[in-house]
Amino acid sequence: MFIPELILVGSMLLGIFADLFYDRKHSFRVGHWIIGGLVVAALALYLTPASESITLFMGTIVADPFARMFKYIFLLTTTIVILMSLRTDELKTVRTGEYYLLIAAITLGMFLMASSVDLIMIYLSIEVVSIVSFILAGYLKTQVRSTEASLKYVIYGAFSSGIMLYGFSLLFGLTGTTKLFEIRESLAALDGGTLTLTVATIMIMAGFGYKISAVPFHFWTPDVYEGAPTPITAFLSVGPKAAGFALLIRVFNTLFTGTDALTASVWQSLEGLPWQEVMAALAAITMTLGNVLAIQQSNVKRLLAYSSIAHAGYILMGIPVLSQSGIYAVMFYVVVYLFMQLGAFFVVITIKNKFGTEEIEEYGGIGFKSPYLGVIMAIFLFSLTGLPPTAGFIGKFYLFSAVIDAKMYWLAIVGALNSVIALYYYMRIVKMMYLQGEREDELYMPSKFQSILLAVLAVPTIIFGVYWTPIADWIRNSLVFFLP
Amino acid sequence: MNDLNIYLTVGAILFSLGLYGVITRRNGVAVLMGVELILNSANVNFVAFARFGGMNLSGHIFAMFVIILAAAEAAVALAIIINLYNKFGTVNVDDARSLKQ
Repeated sequence: MFIPELILVGSMLLGIFADLFYDRKHSFRVGHWIIGGLVVAALALYLTPASESITLFMGTIVADPFARMFKYIFLLTTTIVILMSLRTDELKTVRTGEYYLLIAAITLGMFLMASSVDLIMIYLSIEVVSIVSFILAGYLKTQVRSTEASLKYVIYGAFSSGIMLYGFSLLFGLTGTTKLFEIRESLAALDGGTLTLTVATIMIMAGFGYKISAVPFHFWTPDVYEGAPTPITAFLSVGPKAAGFALLIRVFNTLFTGTDALTASVWQSLEGLPWQEVMAALAAITMTLGNVLAIQQSNVKRLLAYSSIAHAGYILMGIPVLSQSGIYAVMFYVVVYLFMQLGAFFVVITIKNKFGTEEIEEYGGIGFKSPYLGVIMAIFLFSLTGLPPTAGFIGKFYLFSAVIDAKMYWLAIVGALNSVIALYYYMRIVKMMYLQGEREDELYMPSKFQSILLAVLAVPTIIFGVYWTPIADWIRNSLVFFLP
Repeated sequence: MNDLNIYLTVGAILFSLGLYGVITRRNGVAVLMGVELILNSANVNFVAFARFGGMNLSGHIFAMFVIILAAAEAAVALAIIINLYNKFGTVNVDDARSLKQ
């Protein structure tokens, strides 16, 4: 049903109304209203029947267990990001009422992205997320770098969604419908027109690749991630990216596969369209480029931006294998990635608040000055690298085993080599924190609120590396797609 | 069917011009104009397919949605470019390079 979405819209409207009564200093309270709305939406989502699998609004969106799982991920991400935003110094100087409203708007857009099955709805939901992200990236409009980030974001975003739209128009011309399931039937019966279909597929991939920041559509990522307010950077690197993957899974596995897709454990791709190989190559290039470029970064936000490109590459490995285990691995990785990526960014925010720096060179001795932050950051970085016993290791393990099952050994080898490169630059931060700088007598402990939020993110990162059955069961139950 | 080909050709030309504009122009507003051309080339395609392909109305509806979203996108993009002008004193996108390393 559509009730969680309606609650989100309702809480946004309530937030707009509430914002009228707060002055600049207290406008952050709108964030509390939005969190309340998110919690109620989560509750409403929980109360809908778990195995529900229906279409809504004349077959443009579906409510199925797959979308449902992603909706929980989005709600969790948004809640954590709002909590982070309430505690960052960056946003102290501006009025933040509409900031929280816009984040809620993105959440609604992501909900629609995860559940749309119609080309119109897909375009609409992607644009809802994109246009609002442009504003949020430039939210600190008095800062030069925030302005520049939003400029680059809007140009790349508008351009790639335009290309994707042209691809949609070709696909529409080939098949005569905008509904994914009807398009699949026409494509299976299509006689000729393979060249047009290939061009359309590449163009559509441009739009999706931009959303998940896959190479060669990644150019906006480092600049936007560095310039945007840090909570927004964290949000963009988790929320819209997860939504992009949900959409990618649904669209490509519905359109360009045989009729057994998503029900059998392994399925076939559409004949005459080599999108599997292209996507596997994209995954390999994305992770390699992301990792190699991350090595030379000196700004920690920029480093995490390149590392998030690399992670997009890892996750992308799970899609061209065309099997249930591949999608399972993608979903598992998205869950663990949420915790470690948001956690790493929150440590960056906390360090920026206290020590006023984002440069890795100036991270020297933070492990001694603030043991709590040092240890927590090390946990997140170990997990991002994929070292046992952290959740990142289990996520990578599932991805690699899916790839090996599909006999794409070269891709698995590229992935393994990349993990080694990643180890180097993540450990550079840990080395900075612990092997350089001077000890100080006065230890810094983050405020109670910050410590608890950090622990909330760090504990699952460890726990899911040792005991991941709950997540595994949850995802296995969510691997049910709406099929007509 | 020849009629459809004419419209598709116009669409393709518009698309190419838009692509060319985005890649070569350095003025932020001109880049946006290129993006608008790309969006409208898709619109021409949608409407032409729906009209001449004997299809239902979804093509027209899609074009309507694209027009609305293009307006929203242009509003946000122009606001960002105005902000760029206030900060950098220029609307040249190449001059915004404080984040390059």
